[in-house]
This record gives sequence, structure tokens and C-alpha cells, in this order.
Amino acid sequence: MDSSLASRLGLRFVALSYLAIVLVGPLAVVFWRTFEHGVEPAWNAISQADTIHAFKLTLIITAIAVPVNTVFGIVCALAIVRRSFRGKGLLNAFIDLPLALSPVVVGLSLFLLYGRQGWFGGWLDDHGIQVLFALPSMIIATVFVSLPFVAREVVPTLREVGDDQEQAARTLGANGWQTFWKITLPSIRWAVIYGVILTTARCLGEYGAVAVVSGRLQGQTETATLRVQERYESYDLAGAYAISIVLATMAILVLVVMTTIRPREEAH
Amino acid sequence: MWEATSDGTQSFWDAVSNPEAVAALKLTLATAIGVALLNAVLGTVTAWVLVRDNFRGKSVVNAIIDLPFALPTIVAGLTILALYGPRSPVGIDVTYTRTAIVLAMMFVTLPFVVRTVQPVLDELDLEVEEAARSLGAGPARTFVRVIFPNILPGILSGMALAFAKAVGEFGALVIITGNLPFKTEVSSVYIFSRIESGDSASAAAVAVVLLGISFVALLSIGAIRHFATRHERG
Repeated sequence: MDSSLASRLGLRFVALSYLAIVLVGPLAVVFWRTFEHGVEPAWNAISQADTIHAFKLTLIITAIAVPVNTVFGIVCALAIVRRSFRGKGLLNAFIDLPLALSPVVVGLSLFLLYGRQGWFGGWLDDHGIQVLFALPSMIIATVFVSLPFVAREVVPTLREVGDDQEQAARTLGANGWQTFWKITLPSIRWAVIYGVILTTARCLGEYGAVAVVSGRLQGQTETATLRVQERYESYDLAGAYAISIVLATMAILVLVVMTTIRPREEAH
Repeated sequence: MWEATSDGTQSFWDAVSNPEAVAALKLTLATAIGVALLNAVLGTVTAWVLVRDNFRGKSVVNAIIDLPFALPTIVAGLTILALYGPRSPVGIDVTYTRTAIVLAMMFVTLPFVVRTVQPVLDELDLEVEEAARSLGAGPARTFVRVIFPNILPGILSGMALAFAKAVGEFGALVIITGNLPFKTEVSSVYIFSRIESGDSASAAAVAVVLLGISFVALLSIGAIRHFATRHERG
């Protein structure tokens, strides 16, 4: 019994030190460094005009990308679970691709597609529409990288719920739309909410793909994460830390909401 | 990605075999494999502790595991810099070294193995382990013969996810590695610097290689899942 207790404590020690060294320690130091000289320097760094603009831009992109991916994710999940069609296996495999793909590669493919020499670039240029180095490409990049989250949460729930109730509703005369709103959506709602939260976190934090397509124009196409790097490169470490703290606080909020929702999702 | 091969396979090959690109790719693969292995061991230990151990604050620890999923990668890079950078409060400075690459990759890939192994361990019947013990197997033997075969598919798919994420990682690395060619420049950073200097053809060529690696990682996760479920049924 003594040796098993010792090994249990040993493993606990290994796991906790691992988390402390890689995760908690670094994060704690950032919080400490930010407020080392009080709240005022941090507040001044946050309230710079370009920083406020960067946060606004991040929020605008997120506000567009999240609803788009929510609808897309639910439609994809319904297609994967409830329908059978050619290329379904392919869709199922491809939906995970943004998770495995480097964000820089995502950015580069948009860059090549919408650039001056790209497939769509010439046509867009002729019609005076700017996609690259402007909001549209940043939205497309963010939508792409945050694509799988809603679908991945909803697919297993849809499978588990089954389609008995949906069939019952149809036999009782409900049309497809009514069935979706009254039966399907309520039964997957926690999975959808969970997916939306994950998508939001990914959108707020996107960096690599947006860094490639935005051109990083200060005060114009600079998002909050790009602003962190800009401040760091301008030797304004306090500024970089302060913006990071705001982003980290959002991430922690996401975690708190996730932990409260997960048991409810599992109960369904 | 048609762009990469538009000038023929020769120029694609030239771009990929450029010494700087090769050095970056080698470094990326070596560190990503190392990080996947570290994750396999430490992630499994963490999952075991979260399932089988009991201590105060365990639920908080359990919630913290997901933090790298929620935290922007550029912030992850900056936090590594804060503790292990030039102004480190513990006197360790790893900036512009390969250790920094490994640390940053470990930060962003931390949840993968934990979250794939944890549910399997959770479902694993304690009775089977107790039976093995009562038949005279020691803890080590019980682990190797009873627990390990069950959690192996979880470990492998977690490793594949961590590997894919580490290979493509950009945000967490860009600040702390210094991006020194032939020393600390990984492929994603190399691609970015090629784009910035207007050489998108070379960037696209290396991107195709990364894309191929992502595909292989995804396919092997699919294969592991397929094998694991078949194993269960049989």
C-alpha cells in the first residue's frame, strides 16, 4: 500500500509540475508583469487609439464569422448525420482539415487566390473590390480557421439523439422547417452553444492566417493579436502584455463558460 | 496550391530543396516529433492523475487543461517569453534557442493527449485492473498488460493531433524564436518570411509540403479511429 501511495503522489507531482512549468507559470508571470507598476500603465497601453481600433476590428470580424460558421456547422452536421450523398466521406474528412492545417498555409492560399495575379484577383481588381489587405480577406481567413468547431460538437450529439422524434414529428404532419425548429434544434442546443463558444475563442485569437492576408496596416487592418506583435516589435513590452491580458481574460471567461456548460451538454 | 506547380515541377523542386527551406523543415519535423513524444508521456500521466487521483482543486486543474485551446497563440508565445525570456524572474533565458520552440509547441499542444486519453481511462473498468492485481500482477505489469493496450489508440491519435498542430504552429513561435535561418526558423515562419519578401512561389512550394504532412496526420487519425473501433467490436 505504501508503494502505491508513493507512486500516486509521484505521478501527481509530475503532472502538476508539468502544468506549472508549461502553462500556469508563464501565464501568471504575464499577469504579474502587466500590473507590476499598478493599473495605470496597463490602462494607458489599452486606451491608445490604434489599440482600441484593433480590438474593434477583432470584434467585428468575430461578429461576422461566428454566425456564418454556426449556420454552416449545423447544416454540415445535419448533412453528415442525416443524409447520404456522394462525397459524404470526403466532407467528413475535409471538415477537420482547418484543425490540422497551418494558419500560415491558409493565409497563403487566400493570398494566392485573391492577390493581383491570383484566380479571382484580376476580376476583383477590375471591379474595384479590394479583398486582400482589407476586411473581406480577414473575415474569410477567420471563417476558414474556425470552420470545424460547431460541426464537430453537433455531429456526435445528433448521432446520439437519433431521429425517432423527428420521424414522429413528420408523421404528425410537421414540415422539414417545423421539425428542425421544434425538435432538432432544441435537442442539440447545448452542443451548438458549446461549438459557438469554441468558435468565438478561435476567432478572437486568430493570428497566422490574418497576419498573411491583412498586410498588418496599423490603425487599418490590425487586429488585437496583430497589435500584440506590433507592440512587442516596437519594444513596448508593457503594451504587448496589457493587450495580451485582455485577450487572456477573454480566454479564461470562455473556459469558465465551457466548464459550466459541459455537464449540461453531457446530460443530453 | 496549383500556383506552386504552375512553373513546372523543376522550380517546385528547386524551391523545396533550397537549403534554408530544408533546414527549416528538418527542424520543424524534429521538434514536432519530440513534442508529440513528450506529450504522449506527460499527457498520459496527467490524464491518469485527473481520472484516478483525488486532491483539492482537481476540477480547476481539469479546466485549466483546455486553456491553450482558448488562448490566442500569440499570447501563448508572449507568456513563454515572460517566464523564460530575457527578464525571466527565474533566471532562465531560452529566447532564440530551440528550447524555446519546444516549450512554445508544448504549450499549444498540451490538451491533445490528455483529452483523448482521459475519456478512455474514465470508462475503463476498475474491476479489470483489480482482477489483474488479484491474479498476482504487479502495478507495472497491470499497466503494461491491461491499461496500456486500452489507452494506446487514444495516445496515438492525441499524438497525431499534437504533431499536426506543432508542425503548423506560427503565432506562438514568431516572437520567441528570433527566426534565425538554419537555427531557429521553422517552416511556417519560413513561409511567412517568403511571402513578406514577395517570393510567394517558394512559399507555396513549402506550403504544399506542410499540406501533405497535415493530410497524412489526418489520415492516420482516421486509421487509428477505424482500427480502435474494429478492435472493440471484435
